[in-house]
Amino acid sequence: MRDLVQRFGGSLTTVFVALVLLWMVGMVLAPNLLMIDYALRPNLPPAQIGGPNDHYSLANFTYLAGEATHRAIFFKTIWASAIVTFVTLVVCYPLAFWLAQRATPAQAGLAILGLVIPFWINEVLRTLAWYILLAFRGPLNAVLLALGLISEPVRWAGDGGVLAAMTYAYILFMLFPIYNSMESLEAAQIEAARDLGAKSWRIHWRVVIPHAKAGIATGCVFTFMLAAGSYIAPSLLGSPGSRWFTEIIYNWFFEGGDWNRGAAYALVLLVLCLAVVLATLKLARVNLADVTK
Amino acid sequence: MSRSVQLDRVGMTFGTTRAVSDVTFTVEDGEFFSILGPSGCGKTTLLRIVAGFLRPTEGTVLIGGRDMAGLAPNRRPTAMIFQSLALFPLMSVRENIAFGLEARGVGKAERSRKADELLDVVALGGFGDRKPGELSGGQRQRVAIARALAVEPDVLLLDEPLSALDLKLRQHMRAELRALQKRTGVTFIYITHDQGEALAMSDRVAVMSAGVVEQIGAPQDLYANPQTPFVAGFVGETNRIAGRVAALAGGIATVDTGLGPMRGRAGPGLAEGQAVKLYVRPEALTPGTGGENSLAARVERVDFEGAFALAHGRLADGEEMIASIPATRLADAPGIGTEAAFHFDTDHAVVLADA
Ligand SMILES: Nc1ncnc2c1ncn2[C@@H]1O[C@H](COP(=O)(O)OP(=O)(O)OP(=O)(O)O)[C@@H](O)[C@H]1O
Ligand SMILES: [Mg+2]
Repeated sequence: MRDLVQRFGGSLTTVFVALVLLWMVGMVLAPNLLMIDYALRPNLPPAQIGGPNDHYSLANFTYLAGEATHRAIFFKTIWASAIVTFVTLVVCYPLAFWLAQRATPAQAGLAILGLVIPFWINEVLRTLAWYILLAFRGPLNAVLLALGLISEPVRWAGDGGVLAAMTYAYILFMLFPIYNSMESLEAAQIEAARDLGAKSWRIHWRVVIPHAKAGIATGCVFTFMLAAGSYIAPSLLGSPGSRWFTEIIYNWFFEGGDWNRGAAYALVLLVLCLAVVLATLKLARVNLADVTK
Repeated sequence: MSRSVQLDRVGMTFGTTRAVSDVTFTVEDGEFFSILGPSGCGKTTLLRIVAGFLRPTEGTVLIGGRDMAGLAPNRRPTAMIFQSLALFPLMSVRENIAFGLEARGVGKAERSRKADELLDVVALGGFGDRKPGELSGGQRQRVAIARALAVEPDVLLLDEPLSALDLKLRQHMRAELRALQKRTGVTFIYITHDQGEALAMSDRVAVMSAGVVEQIGAPQDLYANPQTPFVAGFVGETNRIAGRVAALAGGIATVDTGLGPMRGRAGPGLAEGQAVKLYVRPEALTPGTGGENSLAARVERVDFEGAFALAHGRLADGEEMIASIPATRLADAPGIGTEAAFHFDTDHAVVLADA
């Protein structure tokens, strides 16, 4: 704060601080408080709002706790998001290592370009592309049939399709934090470990992963949050058996017309996501400041 | 034989860069062998070839008589100390030292004990629980040495390990490294671009220039008998006097210089009439007339260096000349601005063909 005053003078600093406060209050705090307020009130016809029935209660939350299907979908969403995160990590870790430590600058540039270009296309269209690829009569089944790997078309839509599309959609959010943290690892450390007799897995376990820990945790947190809050992939590629919790929230808002219950559901998802994130960071012994770097 | 390193016509080309060519030498068991050369001459490349990080484009490397072709660094009986040390910053000093043992599947208690033993060897007892970042430069240096020694290598490869240290510490570590090498009996291959370091520590030194080994010999030998103009100039200070060979007899060359005829020991491959230079060390030049060869110079300045003084003069042909005068003989030092006479023994001058 004193730094800011020194650099920009008192009046400009006041403007900065005011803008930041405005942002925090207007864009972060107010909507969330409003949502909490909604979640704690019953859904009433307009005439009764502010009337004797309009009082705070936990009814919207207890409804979720008592509704077995929604509860199952909720936990499934958390669990499936964890799997998406894990698969994305498994895909990105070797790629990030190769980019950061093995590739020549030209190779790395080309590879990153290749990874980024698809992201110039809208997320809905990208997911739609997966929808086409994985369709029952789509190219993937056609190729596998032609190769003789399957004898009849497979219905990919459902959990598998959602997993594939999400992994693809969030690859960059996982890749870049890991790549960044791996890039700062001195190549001589890997050589030294090898020279001292360590096999590849030990080099990764003892040298590379500890160094890249903050990046890995950051990537996992991003991917998990995005996956848990995803709507497009499950709604396009999911089957009735692979519904996502966000779809249920959407339904409360736009089909059930019960904004209060929708808000309560969204709040539960938010809190659980936060809990998972904080637990992950704790487990990896990384603090929030590292993640925002 | 068991811990010797033999290089046979080793060459390395990166794309179009010829980094090392036709290097052949043998480092004996238990020898302290230095590779000395200016920056970019291919020293690191050569060391990385021995360690197994680079596959040479030609030639073979034998360690203990065994061909190393195709063996990865972790399969060779070598350990490398990197220019940057490459300690693992997130591990404690003890874990760093024990890492090689961990990789060999040695149990935790045993490797911990061994690490503490090595900490004592490098005089860092009690520092085991610190992180490398909490040590001074010299202490980190010693951790790197202990970490490499922990795997009991036959050959220790050191890539300018002292270059990051300040002068005092560097001199101290020189002595320590030398003592450690004698105590462990491990063969050392030591890279440096500091000729003082190479001369002070090594049993033998290979002088490299532009990817080629120019000369190999004991420090005194390199200093007294340089075989190429590069070695004469790179190892120690020297004066150069240009001329042509007038006569060759009994290993002595008589050179016609612009300052009159002078004699010195003939280098390899001389012929009469050849363009040569006569190389004389500053300390071989004695003030005063007489002696076997004499020359005159206008003294421009005299720098007192403590143990000796350096008289900078200009010869009649316009070339610079430096004479070193021991502090005990300062009374003989010529006055600044005077035309002074110097002389040197034929035995103390070397005549080498121009490259
Ligand atoms: N991986 C590489 N690709 C291309 N050229 C290289 C590579 N490594 C080294 N070279 C080149 O080979 C030559 C020798 O390099 P090297 O690193 O062996 O020099 P050095 O003697 O160790 O120098 P310094 O004292 O500066 O460390 C240099 O011209 C360098 O540019
Ligand atoms: Mg080098």
